[in-house]
Amino acid sequence: MRYTWTTHSWVVFFMAGAEGREARMSIGLTGLLLVAGGGALGGMGRLALANLVARRLGAAFPWGTLAVNLSGALLMGLLAGVLGPSAPGGPGPLWQLLAIGLLGGYTTVSSLSLQTLTLWQQRRIHAALANLLATLVVGLLALVLGWWLAGGPA
Amino acid sequence: MIAWRAYAAVGLGSALGTALRYLVSLAMPGLAGPAFPWATLAVNALGSWLIAAFAAYAARRTSGRMARWQPFLVAGFCGGFTTFSLFGLETLQLLEQGRAGLALAYVLLSVVLWLAGAWSGHRVGHRAAARA
Repeated sequence: MRYTWTTHSWVVFFMAGAEGREARMSIGLTGLLLVAGGGALGGMGRLALANLVARRLGAAFPWGTLAVNLSGALLMGLLAGVLGPSAPGGPGPLWQLLAIGLLGGYTTVSSLSLQTLTLWQQRRIHAALANLLATLVVGLLALVLGWWLAGGPA
Repeated sequence: MIAWRAYAAVGLGSALGTALRYLVSLAMPGLAGPAFPWATLAVNALGSWLIAAFAAYAARRTSGRMARWQPFLVAGFCGGFTTFSLFGLETLQLLEQGRAGLALAYVLLSVVLWLAGAWSGHRVGHRAAARA
């Protein structure tokens, strides 16, 4: 790997072995920091909401993760409707901060997978399926609703 | 653990996980083509494996050392690395492009890999803790 300093960013060149061709890509340091900063805020927001929901509704069912993913999907739909998904030529800084960073880091699949597996292992098959299906179906509908509310062509 | 420490650990872990997910998304289109969201598929499956492996390992290692890493690694790194909202957006984009079959395949393949990842991670973590 070879690092070259430019005025705006570090440009990282590296070789990728796809059919012996040389792949070259540039990673803006600014973009990476925006994504990481958004991800930090998103993760802390997820913790706050999950804790709040668990205090109110208990920890027998993963309501916290469900609330996070459904609200995150709705907000992602709104954001995609307002900003438009990543434009040609790469995503802009607002998209990097809010979509890839904040909402990408706020929502989670790892907790969903683990909690579904745990419910299954506790032989709470219906709860496991309900958790998975509610996240997928209501989550995708929330995303479409957000997109539609923000004027997206859905 | 004092609340602000948990938030700091989760924030730091989530920043790292999110940044790594972004780097994977930049690296993978060049290797696999932009037609299908391989990068999100990969990070979500890998994150599901990692969280389950850690949880199964930590559950059998009751010393406090593992538990201290939990906010950073579980809610932080794994939480930030994986993403549901971008998965949903990618599904919507495939539908918008009139590729409904591909959208359905993406959702089904994702769910299978998430759960298979968690299941496999659980087994590996469980065995590793038994050996340690």
